[in-house]
Amino acid sequence: MTVPLTLLGLLEREPSHGYDLKRDYDAIFGRGKPLSFGQVYSTLARLTRDGKVVVSEVGPGDGPDRKQYVITDAGATEVDAWLVQPVEPEPHLQTVLFAKVTLALMLERPAAEYLDRQRAAHLQRMRELTEVKRSGALVDGLLADHGLFHLEADLRWIELTSSRLDALAKEVRR
Amino acid sequence: MSLLSAEGVTLSFGSTPALRGADLAVGEGEVLAIMGPSGSGKSTLLHCLAGILVPDSGVVSFAGRRLDAMGENERSALRRDQFGFVFQFGQLVPELTAEENVALPLLLGGVRRAAAVREAREWFPRLGLDGLGGRRSGELSGGQAQRVALARGLVAKPRVLFADEPTGSLDSLTGEQVMELLVTSARAEGTTVVVVTHEPRVAAYADSEVVVRDGRVHSLAAST
Repeated sequence: MTVPLTLLGLLEREPSHGYDLKRDYDAIFGRGKPLSFGQVYSTLARLTRDGKVVVSEVGPGDGPDRKQYVITDAGATEVDAWLVQPVEPEPHLQTVLFAKVTLALMLERPAAEYLDRQRAAHLQRMRELTEVKRSGALVDGLLADHGLFHLEADLRWIELTSSRLDALAKEVRR
Repeated sequence: MSLLSAEGVTLSFGSTPALRGADLAVGEGEVLAIMGPSGSGKSTLLHCLAGILVPDSGVVSFAGRRLDAMGENERSALRRDQFGFVFQFGQLVPELTAEENVALPLLLGGVRRAAAVREAREWFPRLGLDGLGGRRSGELSGGQAQRVALARGLVAKPRVLFADEPTGSLDSLTGEQVMELLVTSARAEGTTVVVVTHEPRVAAYADSEVVVRDGRVHSLAAST
């Protein structure tokens, strides 16, 4: 789910060829897991079919392909809705949060506000788990604790990121 | 209708602004967590709400009365009669026994000694402190001392309990036991609680939370 939306976000920054798009994705979001060309082009085909991007033939970019992809209003609306919506507060979601925060900064969206919403969603989930712990059996509490510690780790990352937004913004905008 | 509120509160220490227009409202019986990084102004905000510090500007109200407009004597009486406090380090009086420490707010409020100690004693089994009433603070573990401090904060049946990092000096299990007792006791007494903490696991015991950042309050109302 994250890859198509992240590619869309990159296209909101500027129209791009598939080759350049893959290169940018790999450099910023890939982190040792580069996209295959097949995945990039099949994703772009789906986004085109769904009216999120349109193709304009303008000649090659850095790669061999001649097609340039341009985001549509529908595509931009989808990026916006995705960035605003807090991620489901479950453990191990750092990579989605990372993608969202980085894109939000890149697109000059209110990243601090998104992180505040995420913090609220996390704390709400922590409240629910704390209630389970307070009212349930010890074994339920044990499982709740597992979730609580992971959510707390996310929150620490959110705090740290919140305090570094200005510096991060300088790095990802160009 | 909120029981306690701050509107546009500013306060500087010398040329350093600690609060830059903080707004906050706490309802009767609510447990509110004030979160935020170190140096954000969260403890200063608590001190303003509790009438310990007087803001440079802005309004602090408690039950319809303006704390910011009161003199020191009036604020002091209000703190003694209406507010309870728990700090990061129990701050028990080392010369007194645990029981006497708990009885202290009652004694200061004019309750006779025998009655005050009797009332203080009732808190010991409630907080898992059976048999520890005769000990001095040096003879208590960190968690025990903090529970004694909690009993002292609640014994005079305050309308608001202010807790500043109440688990800050405890390990996580002991800290959670203290929070559990704090929230359960406060709810049983109908006491409003304002707890300052930087720990999400502590904040998760509250009904709601706000974040203080750069001297301003950010509400965290979930958008979902």
